[in-house]
Parts: sequence; C-alpha cells; structure tokens
Amino acid sequence: MTPAFAVFLIVGTIAVASSILVISMRNPVHSALFLLLTFLCVAVLFVMKGAEFVGAVQVLVYAGGIMVLFLFVVMLINVRHLPDEKVLSNFWKGGFAVGLGVFILFVAVVRPGVYHDEQLDKSRLTSVKERIWTESHKNPGTYTYRRVHRTNANSEAVGMALYTDYLVPFEVASLFLLVAMIGAIVIGKRELSATEEETAQQFILERVETEKEVKEAMSA
Amino acid sequence: MSLNDLIFLLPEIILATGASLLLIAPVTGLRDSISAKWAMIALLIITAGSLLACSWAVPGMEQTAGFARMFALDAFSIFFKLLFLFVVAIVVLLSDDFLRESRYSTWEYYSLLGFALCGMMFMASGVHLATIYIGLELLSLSSYILAGYYKNEQKSTEAAMKYFVLGAVSSAILLYGISLIYGVCGTLNLLDIARALSTVVSNDALMFGVILLACGLCFKIAAAPFHVWTPDVYEGAPTPITAFLSTGSKAAAFAIFVRIFYVALPGFHLDWSMVLATVAALSMIVGNLAAITQESVKRLLAYSSIAHAGYVLMGIVAMNVMGLRGVLVYSFVYVFANLGIWSIVLMMKRHEYAGEKVSDFEGLHSRSPFWAFSMFVFLLSLGGIPPTAGFIGKYFLFYAAVQAGFGWLAIIAVLMSAVSMFYYLRIVVAMYLRDGKEADVTASGALKFVAAVCVVATIVFGVVPNDLIDQVSSSAKGLHNKGAVTRNATR
Repeated sequence: MTPAFAVFLIVGTIAVASSILVISMRNPVHSALFLLLTFLCVAVLFVMKGAEFVGAVQVLVYAGGIMVLFLFVVMLINVRHLPDEKVLSNFWKGGFAVGLGVFILFVAVVRPGVYHDEQLDKSRLTSVKERIWTESHKNPGTYTYRRVHRTNANSEAVGMALYTDYLVPFEVASLFLLVAMIGAIVIGKRELSATEEETAQQFILERVETEKEVKEAMSA
Repeated sequence: MSLNDLIFLLPEIILATGASLLLIAPVTGLRDSISAKWAMIALLIITAGSLLACSWAVPGMEQTAGFARMFALDAFSIFFKLLFLFVVAIVVLLSDDFLRESRYSTWEYYSLLGFALCGMMFMASGVHLATIYIGLELLSLSSYILAGYYKNEQKSTEAAMKYFVLGAVSSAILLYGISLIYGVCGTLNLLDIARALSTVVSNDALMFGVILLACGLCFKIAAAPFHVWTPDVYEGAPTPITAFLSTGSKAAAFAIFVRIFYVALPGFHLDWSMVLATVAALSMIVGNLAAITQESVKRLLAYSSIAHAGYVLMGIVAMNVMGLRGVLVYSFVYVFANLGIWSIVLMMKRHEYAGEKVSDFEGLHSRSPFWAFSMFVFLLSLGGIPPTAGFIGKYFLFYAAVQAGFGWLAIIAVLMSAVSMFYYLRIVVAMYLRDGKEADVTASGALKFVAAVCVVATIVFGVVPNDLIDQVSSSAKGLHNKGAVTRNATR
C-alpha cells in the first residue's frame, strides 16, 4: 500500500462518515460543521488527483463562502433543535435499497480500464505551453517570443482552458449567475401594497428634503 | 478562435445585452416613456433580424463550428432559434394581462424571459456538452423563477419549489452522465465523441453514462417515468409561463436531445434505442390514460404534453431522416396548437387562479363561436386529425417508427392517439353541447391576435404543408449528414 493510497483511504472514510453525520445530526449547527469537514476532505482528494485549482476553489467557495451562508441562515432563522421526530423517514428501507443498488452499479461500471488514455489527459491538465513576447533590445519596436512549456501548472492550465476553449460556456455561466441574483431579489422582495407604493415616493422625497436641509445646516 | 467568430454569437450577444438593459430600464426613467412589453418585443425582433442577417451574411457557415467547436450556427439551430423567438414573442403577448392585473414586477419578468430564451438559443447551437449543459441550466433557472412568479399564491410557490428541487436532481444526474461520457471519450465535443466511440465496441461505463444522460433529458422533456413534476408545475405556474414551459422549453430540450443522440451517439443506436423506445411507450400510455380523468384543463394539458413527449421520442428512437424531420415538424406544429389553446384558456380566465375547469368551457360556442371553433381546431391538431397541422407531425413520426422497425411502438402511438381524442373531445362536447354558465369571455387584443395567428397557422400548415416540409428537410439535412458521416466511420 502506497502512502498516497493510505491517505486516500483515511480521507475518503472521513468524508463519507462526516457526510452521513450531516444528515443524521439533530442540531443544524453540528450538521453544518460536518458539512464543512466533508468539503475539506473532498478538497484533499482533489489535490491528490492533481487538480489543485479545483481543490483550492473547493476550500474557498464551498468551505469558505457557502458554509458561511449556511451558518448565517441557521443563525437568522434560529433553529437550535429540530422537533423530536424520527431521524429516519418511513421510506428509509426503500431509499437504502436504491442507494445500495446504485452503489453496486457504480462499482461494477466505473473500474480501471474503461476510461480513455489518462496519461494524455493528465498532461493537458497540468502543463501549459505559452509564448512569452518580449521587445528585442537591438531594434526597439519589434517583438520576439520564446516558447515556454511549464509542467505542474494546474491552475494555469485551467485558466488557459477557461479563457480560450471554454470561453463560450464560461460567459454563459456569468449570465447564469446574473439570473440567480435576479431570481433571489424577485422572489425575496416584499411587494408593496398600493398605499405603501404611493407613500414610498413621498417618503423618499421627504427624506431627500431633510438630507438637503441637514447638508445646508452643516455647511452653514 | 478569432474575433470573426463573434459573428456566430451576435444574436445571443444582442439578446443578453438587451435582457440586461431591461433590468436597468426602470431606474433610468424609461419606465414611463416605454412599456416593458414593447421593449421586449423590439428586442426579440432585433435578435431575429440579427440571426437572419448573420446566417445570410456568412455563406458556408453551415458545417462550421466556431469558438473552438463549442457553438454552431447551422440550419438546424437557426430553425429552432426562430421557433424559440416566436414562442417567446407570443408568451410576451400572453403575459400582458397577467402582469397588468397582478402587482408583480414587469421588467424583471421580461428580462428573465429574455435570459431563458438566451439559454434556449445556446442549447440549439451547442455542439459541445459543456455549452449545451450551461444553456440548459440558464433556461431551467429562469424557468424555476418564472414558475414561482405568483409568489403570494401557495400553488405557484409550491410549483416553483418542486420544479427547482426535482430539476436540480435531474441536472445532477445529467451531469454525472456527461462526466462518464467524458471519462470514456476524453472529449465533450459531439463530433469528437462520435469519433472516439468509433473505436469502442461496447463499454459499460459509456452505456451507464448515456442512460444517465437520457434520464436527465427525459426529465426536461417530461417523459414518463420522469414526469411527476409536470402536472403540479403546469397547474401552479402562471398560465403564460405554463404556455412557455410546454412549448418553448420543451422544444429546446428536444433540440438538444436530437443533436446529442443523432450526432454523438449514432454508433450506439442499438443500445440506447430500446431504452428510449420503452420510455416513449410509457410516456404515451401514462400521459394519455392519466389525462382522461382530469378536471382541470391545465392538468389535462400537462398530461397530454407528457404523451406528446412520447410521440416525439419515437422520432429520436427511429434515428432516420423521417424521424429527424418528424421531430422538427412536430415541435413546430405543436407550438402553434398549444399556444393557441393557452391563449383561449387565458380568455376564459376570471380570477387569478382561473381553475380552468373543463366545465368552464361549457357553452363557449353560444357565447363566442369563433373562439370555440379555434379551440376545436387546436384540439384536433393535438389529436392529429387530418385537416390540421398536427396530422403532418404525427404522420412523420409514426412513419419513421415503422420504417425503423419499431412497428409495435407505432401501434401503441396510434392506439394512444385514439385515447387522446377522447379527452380532447370532452372539451369539445363541453363547448358545443352543454349550456353555458354565467362566465363570459374577456379577450384583450393581444390574446385575440395570438389565437387568430395560431388557428390560421394550424390550418394552413395542415392543408398545404409543402413549404414547412421543405424548410424542415433543409434544416434537418446538415445534422443528418453529420450523423451519417460518423455512422459510416463506426462501421
């Protein structure tokens, strides 16, 4: 057993165990913390496969950003404990059977040898070929380039792929995020009643007036 | 990739920019001088114009794929994009009353509709699973929000919630399928997948990936057994959005379904055709039988749309020229019949949740004979009765299935079409043979316009379908040739 495989076993076990704990904890804060542990373990697994960029993103976005949001929500709606209900729903046997079936299917299907040349892919994922342009010393105004081939540059390789080959989906993803933002605002916004809407403008006008007065008073 | 490739994207760029501007418009004082509806219609017209312009301007673009082979502007995608633009324009006209009566934000509504359209256009043009997936997600996310636009109504919120949760799960399944396909092929470009698979004889992981992909797509087109969300969402969503989901969003899912299976996976036709044939048969049976007992027109049409997904799947299963044309023709004629029905349903509306019971249609003939007749035509078209356009679509699909050796599937389809006539005629009986209640038809100009356009189109394309068939044949040609090339390579 290589050390890497031993690390994989340990980290993988922790990831699976903590994800089970996420759904079985009664206290939402505990659940959230176990979710954090799952994210971190998955990040370790990514790094071990040579996907440093995805690992870093996993830590920054999921363990950092999304976890904070989770905790915010937990604090805002102030759920200390869930009501005393069974942790397992009535369908757990069926669910367990389906899960086990899918797991067996995965094990049977996803095995070494079914994938295409991994070596080729790995080199594409971790190396960058680049032209670096420099102004020549002899005749200023003309530029020459030299080719650089860097290995072990996963983040750069991902960046190159995202901004060249994958530019179109990358840009559409930005539209996607915009829609998510609009959606959150549209759904979360409280609709004003007719009277509130009428008075709202009045309110803003009054406020502008008072601000003006305050400013004038300050300057005077 | 070069700057010239940007011309491929011009319609999408215009649309996305315009949809963003619609968001800004209300705070710039434009709110009073121009109505959101006309701004949106203008945007759609400009987009359609730019689409036609750049399809004519760049000759020989048919077979090319720009942007590192992510995105193609071929005849197939132009056909679907124009269809989507038409659908959204009609939905804008249908939405007018709903937005005026309710107190929900208008500009955001149209903006979201614009982004949904943008996602659909990327789906139609995507020749790379990454583009297709992100386009699909853009469409889905916008649809979730639009389905919950009646946010003070419990039913609408419930619809949005169900749609969102189930949609997210189905997206995850789809994505897992895509990842397995990537694992086997080492690429996500559809043509490259076909090339990579030409050396593969049989592969469990690939088959599993394809099945997961098919499951995800079947959810999006609402085929049984992935249909459970459909009746609830169609019922709860605002009616114009239901019209959008059952025509535009469905047609977009058919477009990617066809493109993925015809271009990328023709070599494995034998493996996946049985799976999809089963799904098609199940959709037709479940959809049509469940529709019989429905009292709400919205739910009835939801179940009937499940059945229609089954008919269209036959064209994909058949995997021949007829089938491909059938999918295009059917998506086209189905749009007219369905949008027409929704416009009539909206005319019948009396309060926010016009229950739209079948009984609401009682005596429509005596109150407004023309709209009753229009409804009759639309229902005939959905049922596939000859003088209407629906017949042409069904003819292509059934013929394709028989040609491909799926005679049993065609028999089920014919039997189930007969069953479907039963519940379509229930509405007809209510309109013509029952006495009316106090309800009155309140039709705004926009609704009348939509219904009239749809009824004319349904009859004209049914009586003289030649132009439509020619157009569809030339749109389908590019795709099928590509498929043919890769199929030869596999043998």
